[in-house]
Amino acid sequence: MSSETSQRTTERGRIRVSGFDVDRVESREPLSSWEPDLQSEAGRGRLEYAWMRFKRNRLALFGATTIAFMVLLAVFSRPIQLPSSFPVLAGQTVQPFSLAPADPAAQDVITGYREPTLENLLAWPSAGLYLFGADWAGRDILSRVMYGGRWSLSIGFIAVAMALLVGVPLGSVAGYYGGKVDELIMRLVDLLYAFPFIVLAIAVIAVLGRGYWEMILALVVVGWLPYARIIRGEILSVKENEYVTAAKALGSRDRSIITRHILPNAMAPVIVQATLSIGTTVLVAAALGFIGLGLSPASAEWGVMLNVEQDAIARGRWWAGLFPGLAIFVFVMAINLVGDGVRDAFDPQGDQTDTDTGGLR
Amino acid sequence: MSGSEPLLRVEGLEKYYESESDFIDRLLGRQKKVKAVDDVSFEIHEGETLGLVGESGCGKSTIGRSILQLRKPTAGSVYFKGQDITTLSDSDLRDLRKEMQIIFQNPQSSLNPRLTVNDIIGEALDIHGIEGDVSRDARIKDLLERVGLNASHANRYPHEFSGGQLQRIGIARALAVDPEFIVCDEPVSALDVSVQAQILNLLEDLQDELGIAYLFIAHDLSVVEHIADQIAVMYLGKIAEIGTPEELFAPPQHPYTEALLSAIPEPDPLWDGDRILLEGSVPSPIDPPSGCKFHTRCPRVIPPSDYEFEQEEWRAVMSLRHRAREEDIAVETFDDGAPMEALREELDLPSTLSDPEAERVVQEALRSVADEEFGDAESLLSETFDTPCSTDKPVLRETDAGRVACHLFDPAYEAGPNDGTTTGDGPAAGSAASGDD
Repeated sequence: MSSETSQRTTERGRIRVSGFDVDRVESREPLSSWEPDLQSEAGRGRLEYAWMRFKRNRLALFGATTIAFMVLLAVFSRPIQLPSSFPVLAGQTVQPFSLAPADPAAQDVITGYREPTLENLLAWPSAGLYLFGADWAGRDILSRVMYGGRWSLSIGFIAVAMALLVGVPLGSVAGYYGGKVDELIMRLVDLLYAFPFIVLAIAVIAVLGRGYWEMILALVVVGWLPYARIIRGEILSVKENEYVTAAKALGSRDRSIITRHILPNAMAPVIVQATLSIGTTVLVAAALGFIGLGLSPASAEWGVMLNVEQDAIARGRWWAGLFPGLAIFVFVMAINLVGDGVRDAFDPQGDQTDTDTGGLR
Repeated sequence: MSGSEPLLRVEGLEKYYESESDFIDRLLGRQKKVKAVDDVSFEIHEGETLGLVGESGCGKSTIGRSILQLRKPTAGSVYFKGQDITTLSDSDLRDLRKEMQIIFQNPQSSLNPRLTVNDIIGEALDIHGIEGDVSRDARIKDLLERVGLNASHANRYPHEFSGGQLQRIGIARALAVDPEFIVCDEPVSALDVSVQAQILNLLEDLQDELGIAYLFIAHDLSVVEHIADQIAVMYLGKIAEIGTPEELFAPPQHPYTEALLSAIPEPDPLWDGDRILLEGSVPSPIDPPSGCKFHTRCPRVIPPSDYEFEQEEWRAVMSLRHRAREEDIAVETFDDGAPMEALREELDLPSTLSDPEAERVVQEALRSVADEEFGDAESLLSETFDTPCSTDKPVLRETDAGRVACHLFDPAYEAGPNDGTTTGDGPAAGSAASGDD
């Protein structure tokens, strides 16, 4: 027998594996001690992992704290009264706190400029405190910087949010449907990109006139472009995933495929970009204010404050320009720290320490 | 083949893609068509499995997706239960999705990483309004247990499962709508072998229990052999051979099938069988070869009747002709002294061919090649040596074992001189005239 089987042969099938014995495959000794991590009762989503990574990033947390601090200062600097046109609660005060030491609009034109001083620092109720000095009209700069945050910050957040609302749907439609729609939307984006950011914003304001909402609109017109481009590119790659095909095969409608399957998996880079561009938007708003196209010269918006005091440093009144500028700088830097943190949090490959959670491949 | 209407009948299915092109190309009409699927017909009966094998890029997956109307076919019809579904409206198609489902190759990318298993499987139930809210969870649990998972896994995310478990979830999602037909698009290719076996067994069990028909796409004949009632072998968008596994493994075989079968690994260390190594690589589907698409690589091309060729000589001449067409000979790298000898060696041509007349032609062609006049060489060769393989398209015809699309089994052509198994006097002999011109 042995001599026979040791012959070389061209005949197939002398060794046969017949059938697959599932029970034996399943009940055999495991080759390794690795077990899929099924201990957790409720699974964690990717957002939760991103949040865990973000929490570990101290610089980003510092940035977030700074932003929160500035927002709180802006909100609580002066009491907020609802406008009289507001239904039911018209004229009611919804926010009674007043942290600002003085009324940001209270003028003392006769005295004019005051140097910053620590005088009256501990006086309560605060009166005559000029920690950051006073501007040409004798208005307390500290109060104005705190109060002005309401404009500068809200312009940043609102303009970015509205730009997202325009850019993301347009980019999604372009990326998902492709073809002529894609061509149309993306050529429009290219067209608008051909103008320098600030020039286009100036042009819009020149047409619409100055004002808070006009400024936001100008920032949205130029601000939605990057989101549309980024989300389109992301969707082009996400829509090739088989779970999208699976959803189509199940008969899902396009809208539900985009909102349920594609967008949640394509949003990460857009969120990063949006966070980072809040800072840029505040800068552009300040720049527009500085060249006199922002809010009214009397308002406490940081860029406008800089504009009014453009010659301050040359004339030795450094404080009038320094503090509003510092406020812009600190906010933009904090936003950039947060933006970097968000980007790192969404990038699982940048994560080297997270081996103990087990759920990441 | 039973006389009753099959569950699924595909007739003359074609899917062309437009090749990559920019705006200028489109303006000038310079787009090229990629024939991903070229005139494919087959049928699948209730509770049966058709295995579809072929190299990557030959159009297997495209067929699966075209059947489900996930990609609109360019031409041809798909009849499901006797109804042509290529003409259905979107809303009718949505109803039909309950009957036809798909399982994917890559379990990681086929499940949305942001949804829990509950949501993934539940989506199917929600879309088609199957089961009220009360029993939705019960139905999901039932499905999970049916595919061999623990019902308590429903609240987990895909990244918490292994590849085999993910594939089971994918199967549960497909089963959720109670389909009668499932396209399995290489469902086990991404899994390791022991898990492959489990998934194959699961699919077979489900077929026995629920009477589901499968179109089982794979690139591995040994996987398909296990599960399929019929196997179709594809090459460059066309079906080369179709038949039961027994028919496919028995001669007469398409030369491509032969090559594929010879490539199945044999566990016997003393096995000494010949592996048929195909020359070159799969031609580009943008510009597929004329006639039989396999003739550029076929080891058994029919030689021209006017000359006397050994099969190897003829094969070498064919590859010279093919490479001249592709301008794929780096003439400048050859030794200056004796370019002809170097060329012959490069092309595996013997120093003299057995037929002196053929030898004269080949020498002339080689001279053209040495001068880098590829066009001259190609036209000379194709004018002198004509073979039906490069001029006529073969059609699927009945042989003793399965249906084969190859001129070797067409009585209208003189069969090659190499062996005797070639002349299959099939019942289709009467229709031979169709391929005669």
